[in-house]
Amino acid sequence: MMDNISFDPLILARIQFGFTIAFHIIFPAFTIGLASFLAVLEGLWLKTDNPVYKRIYRFWVKVFAVAFGLGVVSGVVMSYQFGTNWSLFSTQTGNILGPLLGYEVLTAFFLEASFLGIMLFGWGRVSKNMHFAATVIVAVGTLISAFWILSANSWMQTPAGFSRDAAGVFFPKDWWAIIFNPSFPYRLIHMVTAAFLTTAFAVGAVGAWYILKNRHLAEAKIMLGMALLMALFVAPAQLIIGDLHGLNTLEHQPIKVAAMEGIWETEQGAGFRVVAWPNQAEQRNDFELNIPYASSLILTHSLDGEVKGLNHWPVEEHPPVATVFWSFRVMLAIGFAMIFTGLVAAWRYWRDHLYRSDWFMRWCVLMGPSGFVAIIAGWFVTEIGRQPYTVFGHLRTADSLSPVIGAQVALSLAIFIVVYTALFGAGTYYIFRIFKKGPTDQSDPDYYQHSRQQAGKALNNDGDQQ
Amino acid sequence: MSELASWLDLPLIWGAVLALAIFLYVLLDGFDLGVGILFPFAPSEQCRDRMMNSVAPFWDGNETWLVLGGGGLFAAFPLAYSIVLPALYLPFILMLIGLIFRGVAFEFRFKAGMKRWVWDAAFHFGSMLATFMQGLILGNFVQGFTVIDGQYAGGPLDWANGFAVFSGIGLIFAYGLLGAGWTIMKTDEITQKWARIAGKYCLIFVVLFMALISIIMPLMDDRIADLWFSSPNFWYLLPIPLISLFAVLQIIRHLHNKDSHSRVFIYAILLFVTGYAGLAVGVYPWIVPFELTLWQAAAADSSLMLLLVGTVIFLPIILAYTAFSFFTFRGKTSHESLY
Repeated sequence: MMDNISFDPLILARIQFGFTIAFHIIFPAFTIGLASFLAVLEGLWLKTDNPVYKRIYRFWVKVFAVAFGLGVVSGVVMSYQFGTNWSLFSTQTGNILGPLLGYEVLTAFFLEASFLGIMLFGWGRVSKNMHFAATVIVAVGTLISAFWILSANSWMQTPAGFSRDAAGVFFPKDWWAIIFNPSFPYRLIHMVTAAFLTTAFAVGAVGAWYILKNRHLAEAKIMLGMALLMALFVAPAQLIIGDLHGLNTLEHQPIKVAAMEGIWETEQGAGFRVVAWPNQAEQRNDFELNIPYASSLILTHSLDGEVKGLNHWPVEEHPPVATVFWSFRVMLAIGFAMIFTGLVAAWRYWRDHLYRSDWFMRWCVLMGPSGFVAIIAGWFVTEIGRQPYTVFGHLRTADSLSPVIGAQVALSLAIFIVVYTALFGAGTYYIFRIFKKGPTDQSDPDYYQHSRQQAGKALNNDGDQQ
Repeated sequence: MSELASWLDLPLIWGAVLALAIFLYVLLDGFDLGVGILFPFAPSEQCRDRMMNSVAPFWDGNETWLVLGGGGLFAAFPLAYSIVLPALYLPFILMLIGLIFRGVAFEFRFKAGMKRWVWDAAFHFGSMLATFMQGLILGNFVQGFTVIDGQYAGGPLDWANGFAVFSGIGLIFAYGLLGAGWTIMKTDEITQKWARIAGKYCLIFVVLFMALISIIMPLMDDRIADLWFSSPNFWYLLPIPLISLFAVLQIIRHLHNKDSHSRVFIYAILLFVTGYAGLAVGVYPWIVPFELTLWQAAAADSSLMLLLVGTVIFLPIILAYTAFSFFTFRGKTSHESLY
């Protein structure tokens, strides 16, 4: 693979898509979780009237604004990249993927974008309940968006409900089968759960950091407490969901599972390769460390069950094994670290020193970015594991590329790398500045001050109704 | 559903829906981008704060119409999508880069202390770049593309031609006019006073560019000349220049009337309506001019039908809550920090 990297538009276009989508996915993953977190906080505030919840809300909503902005601008790129770089893919799959993406725009994007304005700037302009409604609507919008985009993505993994004409164009036959294609429910739940966990660990890390610094303790304990509750219950649930998703993949894309497991030859009683060095050229592992029978046990639920190896399929069907194999291990390791965090938290809660400022707080800070890494690793597993196809089993990546784009791909890739790196740096910097400043009242100027009379009137009216 | 599909002219309906989505994008993001274009020329930092605040709650929703435009083209006319985008590869990428800088400027500017000028520049140059590229894309679109076997077959720099550059510059002034109208409506005192002057300069160039384009387009292509000047069409199209003229005169009048706040914006919109209508009539029935008609490029009936159902249900809802958002943030904007 490494020797033909030069200016091959196919490789460059793939790198570009991988880069722009990996950059993009960070932000929706974060905002899916944050939006729901904010909705819960505002709900708690309205219910209890405890100003701590409001302070936490006003604090995280600033982070939300930055993350959402970066998600929007990097997302618009995606909707045009299908056309610029993958025009043959677009021609062939437009009938199927077009409506799914169209529904995402119609049912989610507008909803999020419009109510985000009210969520960020409507404070004081609309009633408390309306503001809460805006937050909930944004949160629901992020979930609807996940629904459609993961349906489209899953269809590319496990295509169903279609026919193809002589020119290879996909035609819809059964929309229900297309939308609820075999891998979709698993992928959706796995991804949304991942988004919640990612946000929980990011929020928890900020709380733990404040505890270490002995600042904003009231807010910090709520942030960390909620995060650890998620770690305790949702992280183990994610393990089960992930396992079910894996079994679904085994059924529909067994070659991807073979790559994840690093198994080349079909085996009975296959071991789980904890570490291995897959050699793509010679179709074997140069080195491996096994837990005997573990793979068969996980995948077939029997010690001597058969696991198909990569060489069961011709070489030209093989995905890049090493990347898939290692990404999968990174994701798994983080998953277990998350479960460990939850268990330790439960132990400490029982011993009544959950929030003691010690190694565990530092551990929680360290775990802050773990969810993002796990999500990107997970995407590597599922997307690179789908290679050499864009639509698994039907449309090859090599047959999806736009003709005559040549050096433009290299140029635009360079532009994206420079721009995204700069913006990611700036965004991260500003988010850390918000963290540094912390959730305080006095630093918050009143939002939207103008037309006080009108806004005041609107508020009074709402007050009368209640 | 399939009986209904054969009864409806789905490609035509989708052509209309897409034209509407793109037009709403042009209007809504047009004033945002226009504010960005005029931004550095405002008389003070406070004016700039007010201008930015006046669009901050809306830019995201406004930009979503562009996603609908791109997504809609992909969904309804996949063949056109896969010709136009590779043909205009770099203009589209650069437009997106411009929009990226413009968009993040909203989030970063008020969080930046000393480095605020960086995001001021990002806001302005991002808006300029995105606008210029949109004009360039339009200028190329009306000229058509080199197509062989349903795929783009021209060179990577075919888009760099005089007419397209001309149309890119024209659009900068046109969005500037919309932005000035918006600023007049949403601000007062010195910001508004300045916006009236800015609007005047933009208007002069807009009129100039519209006149020149109306002369160049029929000269450039006989097919357009035929379309515009053949007997019945000429009379159908005659209202377009007449209404444009009326809109221009009204804009001039209201730019000078200190008690008029929203009319410049409204008549600038009218001017965009007529310009766009002229363009749409000129391009119809092509979706890729002179290569593919709406019907040749359309997706499968079942796809168009499914998405049409969604559009009929959701588009009115979207328009309703967009209106609600504009209503919530009605009135003049202050210069206090929003974030």
